[in-house]
Amino acid sequence: MKRIRPSSLLRRPVRVSPTTLQHVHRRTAASLSQRPDSTHLKFPGALTSPFSNTMKYEVPSNYPALPTYRAIDQHGVVVDPNFEPDMTEEDVIKHYKDMLTVSIMDLIMFDAQRQGRLSFYMVSAGEEAVSVATASALTKDDVVFCQYREQGVFKQRGFELSDFMNQLFANVKDPGKGRNMPVHYGSRELNIHTISSPLATQLPQASGAAYALKIQRMQNPEMPPRVVAAYFGEGAASEGDFHAALNIAATRSCPVIFICRNNGYAISTPSLEQYRGDGIASRGLGYGIETIRVDGNDFWAVREATKKARELALQDGGKPVLIEAMTYRVSHHSTSDDSFAYRARVEVEDWKRRDNPIARLRKWMESKGIWDEQKEKEARDSIRRDVLKAFAEAEKLKKPAIKNMFEDVYEELTPDLKAQMRELSEHLDRYPEEYDFGEFEGGKASLEQ
Amino acid sequence: MSRYLRPAARLAATARTSALRPATASPFLSRAAVIPGVQRRTYADASGVKEYTVRDALNEALAEELEQNDKVFILGEEVAQYNGAYKVTKNLLDRFGEKRVIDTPITESGFAGLAIGAALSGLHPVCEFMTWNFAMQAIDQIVNSAAKTLYMSGGIQPCNITFRGPNGFAAGVGAQHSQDFSAWYGSIPGLKVVSPWSAEDAKGLLKAAIRDPNPVVVLENELMYGQSFPMSAEAQKDDFVIPFGKAKIERSGKDLTLVTLSRCVGQSLVAAENLKKKYGVDVEVINLRSIKPLDIETIIKSLKKTHRLMAVESGFPAFGVSAEILALTMEYGFDYLDAPAARVTGADVPTPYAQGLEEMSFPTEGTIEQQAVKLLRL
Repeated sequence: MKRIRPSSLLRRPVRVSPTTLQHVHRRTAASLSQRPDSTHLKFPGALTSPFSNTMKYEVPSNYPALPTYRAIDQHGVVVDPNFEPDMTEEDVIKHYKDMLTVSIMDLIMFDAQRQGRLSFYMVSAGEEAVSVATASALTKDDVVFCQYREQGVFKQRGFELSDFMNQLFANVKDPGKGRNMPVHYGSRELNIHTISSPLATQLPQASGAAYALKIQRMQNPEMPPRVVAAYFGEGAASEGDFHAALNIAATRSCPVIFICRNNGYAISTPSLEQYRGDGIASRGLGYGIETIRVDGNDFWAVREATKKARELALQDGGKPVLIEAMTYRVSHHSTSDDSFAYRARVEVEDWKRRDNPIARLRKWMESKGIWDEQKEKEARDSIRRDVLKAFAEAEKLKKPAIKNMFEDVYEELTPDLKAQMRELSEHLDRYPEEYDFGEFEGGKASLEQ
Repeated sequence: MSRYLRPAARLAATARTSALRPATASPFLSRAAVIPGVQRRTYADASGVKEYTVRDALNEALAEELEQNDKVFILGEEVAQYNGAYKVTKNLLDRFGEKRVIDTPITESGFAGLAIGAALSGLHPVCEFMTWNFAMQAIDQIVNSAAKTLYMSGGIQPCNITFRGPNGFAAGVGAQHSQDFSAWYGSIPGLKVVSPWSAEDAKGLLKAAIRDPNPVVVLENELMYGQSFPMSAEAQKDDFVIPFGKAKIERSGKDLTLVTLSRCVGQSLVAAENLKKKYGVDVEVINLRSIKPLDIETIIKSLKKTHRLMAVESGFPAFGVSAEILALTMEYGFDYLDAPAARVTGADVPTPYAQGLEEMSFPTEGTIEQQAVKLLRL
């Protein structure tokens, strides 16, 4: 969009703000000039470009693809000589169980949707490591924006099975008060913004939240250093919002970690039809952002990369980092999709068998002697029991209070809404035998102001 | 925009909805059961009338225009390989190839811009949005480029483009995906906006949109795709078009004029029939078909006969299509009104996800009937 502001036509005085002083953000472009006989270009838009006497276009295919970092291989064997696991045995097992929990919950809820007990569900099979391992490298104070396939992030940060179920069944304990489709989780306690349907809109918002964290800490250095983690898929990266987000985060030096789950498919569209460049990672470099591509099926690689990303994001007063985690969407896109219409069943089976993030960490744990078949069976059985228990409990809970339908359209109830609430209350008083409030929390009393 | 609000979600939801709003209630649909996703074209009867679903009608319109004019092509998310998120573009890739039926990356502003660019260069693109809710990412392209370039370029750059996709609420998809954009696009000079109800509407208006040299916004309705309607022999021909700016009187009457559009036409017809049965009143139902230009002449002509008017639509009440109809009625037909004109619209709330509340957020046959009873003081 082009905006013509009269003021921009005038020469503006250079504003010296705390931001520009603290960071390498000085607006020196105005004083640039081309010196005679220099070997480098000194235009404001390209500061270190050497002159060339050969007219030649750069061809993307002449550049090798960015490498994919692995700490352990498909067999769970360590391949990075510098890799040192930095978790206790209990912690590794806890994270393994988080992945297992998400995967078991997904299977049960997918079936529950098929049985008509839920209107909708989205599974994350094949991508458990990306969400659990990235989350493991963040602090509780960090702020998270998810897309919609990051159950693992919620689980790792302390979302209980009951929290998932309460949202899915839109009962009285659903923090969203039953206003959202299933899987639109959110948690103030865990610093995770509520999932919003429109794709990629979370990305510029994440840059903005990171900017806010940075300014807050400038104003109050006592605050702990914090970053924002923003999740998205490779399909979402085609939206304009993705590009806007990366560019604004880079130019405003925002401490945000962009985490791309490149799972090969955007509903039916394979990555190869989504873009022609070297994945999403190559774009980070274009925006001047430090970038890594990791094997998203490798729990340790993803964790190591995110630890480093957090460190980088807090350097130099804050800057964005991009992680592209390569995975495979084993699952259908959602309960609304049958992916075998556009990909071979054998392709999916192959990935499930050959390389799966849960199996890979399990192999590593077994090689360390901290896990075995027996423990696996026990863990699976107990998680399954817990999921079903939480499921049954949530299904039984009451619906949100009637008054909730008037609230939160605006911060305060408007006079109109108050009048409507009163009217409803009077109506219900007049015809008590016509309505059953039994299934709503607090019954009719919730309408009393 | 969110990719996961996909047809099957609506299928599940439709099943749910149809239990609540039985399609059999409509005497106007000779085939009551709605089976989405299934092609249901039947053999012609003696008069040449065939049953078409709205989906089939749209599909036929697209196929005929692709066939007749090699400047026409379709692009959008999932329109080719997947046959369209709602199967409106079924078989078109196989028939016309990948130069004419094009899958795009998930970038509404990108592919809408690309389509407008192609139109400014002389092609006649049909740009599908998976739903109009997602087109909000592209509204700058539609409003500031498609609608204005002809004017701003001094008339040298026409933009023959058709934007189409489902509009309005579906079922169980929450506040961000249940919006009706009729009033938004209807307010923009430079755009033409149509909204079909029946299969004939769908075919005739879409074909007219593709042939029209201006940018046209076609607001379809997801809940209508699987509905069947009789299609006349004339409408089955490949040169059938419905002129813009011309409303259709779907049912004639002398006691009340119901002005409505899209899915609400069917609901209004049911309400009209019930009003006849219960109260013996004759309600005239006008299917707008075209939002911009708006056929105020037909509305006022009807008002002169009935002296009472009610507008019915599923958009938000404030600054909406009904508000416009009531204002125009007041401007051109005030002296013919025997009672204040009234409107039945969607509720002024973010659309609730809860099924019961969602049901109450939009006009039903019952609300239309009740409001008419009030207006007529029956």
